Amino acid sequence: MPSTTTPLLQVENLKVHFPITAGLLQRRVGEVKAVDDVSFTIERGTTVGLVGESGSGKTTIGRALIRLVNPTGGTIRYNGKDITFLRESQFRPYRKKIQIIFQDPYNSLNPRLTIFKIISEALEIHFPAMGLEQRRARVAELLGKVGLKPEHMDRYPHEFSGGQRQRIGIARALAVEPEFIVCDEPVSALDVSVQAQIVNLLQDLQEELGLTYLFIAHDLAVVEHISDFVLVMNQGKIVEAATADAIYQNPQDPYTKRLLDAVPKI
Amino acid sequence: MKTYILRRLLLMIPMLLGVSLLVFVLVYISPGNYLDVLKAQRDIPAEFIAKKERELGLDRPWYMQYVSWLGRTVRGDFGESWSYRIPVIELLAQRAPATLALSLTSLVFAWAIAVPLGVFAAVYRNSIFDKLSALSAYAALSIPEFFLALLAVIFASQWGGFPTGGLSAIDHDYLSPVGQLWDYVHHLILPTIVLGIGGAAGLMRVMRTNMLDVIQSDYVMTARAKGVPGNVIMFRHVLRNAINPLVTSLGFAFSGLLSGAVLVENVMNYPGLGQLIFQAFMRKDRDVVMAAVIIGSSMLIIGNLIADILLAWVDPRIRYDK
Repeated sequence: MPSTTTPLLQVENLKVHFPITAGLLQRRVGEVKAVDDVSFTIERGTTVGLVGESGSGKTTIGRALIRLVNPTGGTIRYNGKDITFLRESQFRPYRKKIQIIFQDPYNSLNPRLTIFKIISEALEIHFPAMGLEQRRARVAELLGKVGLKPEHMDRYPHEFSGGQRQRIGIARALAVEPEFIVCDEPVSALDVSVQAQIVNLLQDLQEELGLTYLFIAHDLAVVEHISDFVLVMNQGKIVEAATADAIYQNPQDPYTKRLLDAVPKI
Repeated sequence: MKTYILRRLLLMIPMLLGVSLLVFVLVYISPGNYLDVLKAQRDIPAEFIAKKERELGLDRPWYMQYVSWLGRTVRGDFGESWSYRIPVIELLAQRAPATLALSLTSLVFAWAIAVPLGVFAAVYRNSIFDKLSALSAYAALSIPEFFLALLAVIFASQWGGFPTGGLSAIDHDYLSPVGQLWDYVHHLILPTIVLGIGGAAGLMRVMRTNMLDVIQSDYVMTARAKGVPGNVIMFRHVLRNAINPLVTSLGFAFSGLLSGAVLVENVMNYPGLGQLIFQAFMRKDRDVVMAAVIIGSSMLIIGNLIADILLAWVDPRIRYDK
């Protein structure tokens, strides 16, 4: 599907290696190639699914895109601009455009802060002109958007269920009006009945706000439902990249076939 | 919360009863009593000792002694020190300020060192600074308090600069008010350092471990994804969560305020409660021992309660109602 405009995200030969050290002097004895020479593109307004088992490097890709881990090599272009090796201060403007929703809704919210503080912290940084009243109004609006009530904002994370917390995580990500969201297994820690609600919420928000998603999952069934294009990862490399339909109807790589076999059938 | 605190305070009554009974029996069955020193002197007639025994009530069975002690104590009368011949309360009140001052200064000293060191060690993990501070903490924890106290006394006697013991100088009464205050402070410095170093080492290690735990938590990653600057992450997200266990430990520190310095007070000849209570144990000055035990246990129970209340105060997840 060739595009006339630049893709929102272009990743070329991305490498993320972690050193293995040993001994008293922390000598470097080797490295883990968590992400090894990976390339893909994401078009504006689409959802790309990234599938692979635990340890395949999919979460590391997501974190490298929003600079929670530093890439070892390769290039990441956002809207045509190379953002691979920007310093933290140079990358800050991109923290407004690129956001992440974490896997674990229980540990990704600071237990000492109220929901208002959690969400408005990002507003304080990226919209410094906003006053307290405006921030409260904005948080109330965001909570409404993800299906929560404005009066929830003065409560603490532990007062919510897993699904509600993930909604808070989504509201938190949306607060800065991002264009691109890395969804790092956003439903795998939730009950099956709640999973569908969250996936539907993400799809509704995409339609409403024109968002672009990288949807990371270990479960092909969830990805099939939401993705336009699917990447299959194994041991740090992308082994198959195709449209969702093609992957399901005609998987090429033996690893993809095994993943497909693992999806429970009714 | 109020009913919770009230319930905890009511629970003190059976606990204190149990503790006092146990200690009373232990003092009774341990060999000898207060009059042994007199008995050992041949020129004191047996009739005099028997008269003394009746006076102090030591001739009655132990449960009668306990009941009469208990009856007095619940009315607020802790009895009289046999060796000092003044009411126990008065005796304790004389000594308590010195111990309280020493405990508080060493607590502040320990916190002031431990928290920043622990934070820096965690932030610059595996750096030279981290390794050096881990090594010094290990050394500080390995050296027994009394040995450190001995070293301090030797230091003071060999090199001067600090008094070798006591609460105040011999010319204290002739000093100006400012001079008197400085005199007290001067005498406090060495015991404070000796008492504080061990505490600081332990606190520092706890602080460092907590910081590292929290730094690796998901919500810190969330904060980084929001674009929160590094130093704000450290204070708002990491430090505030990492300090919880230390805030709780303040409650426990309360229980040690009046009793935590027995060894150091004895070695450094600091006239506080610890020294008094130790001597009372040695002389079997029963009412002083019992009063000290009751006060110590009450402080421990109240300290635990304070720790629990502090925990609820710092952590919104913990509530005791319902």
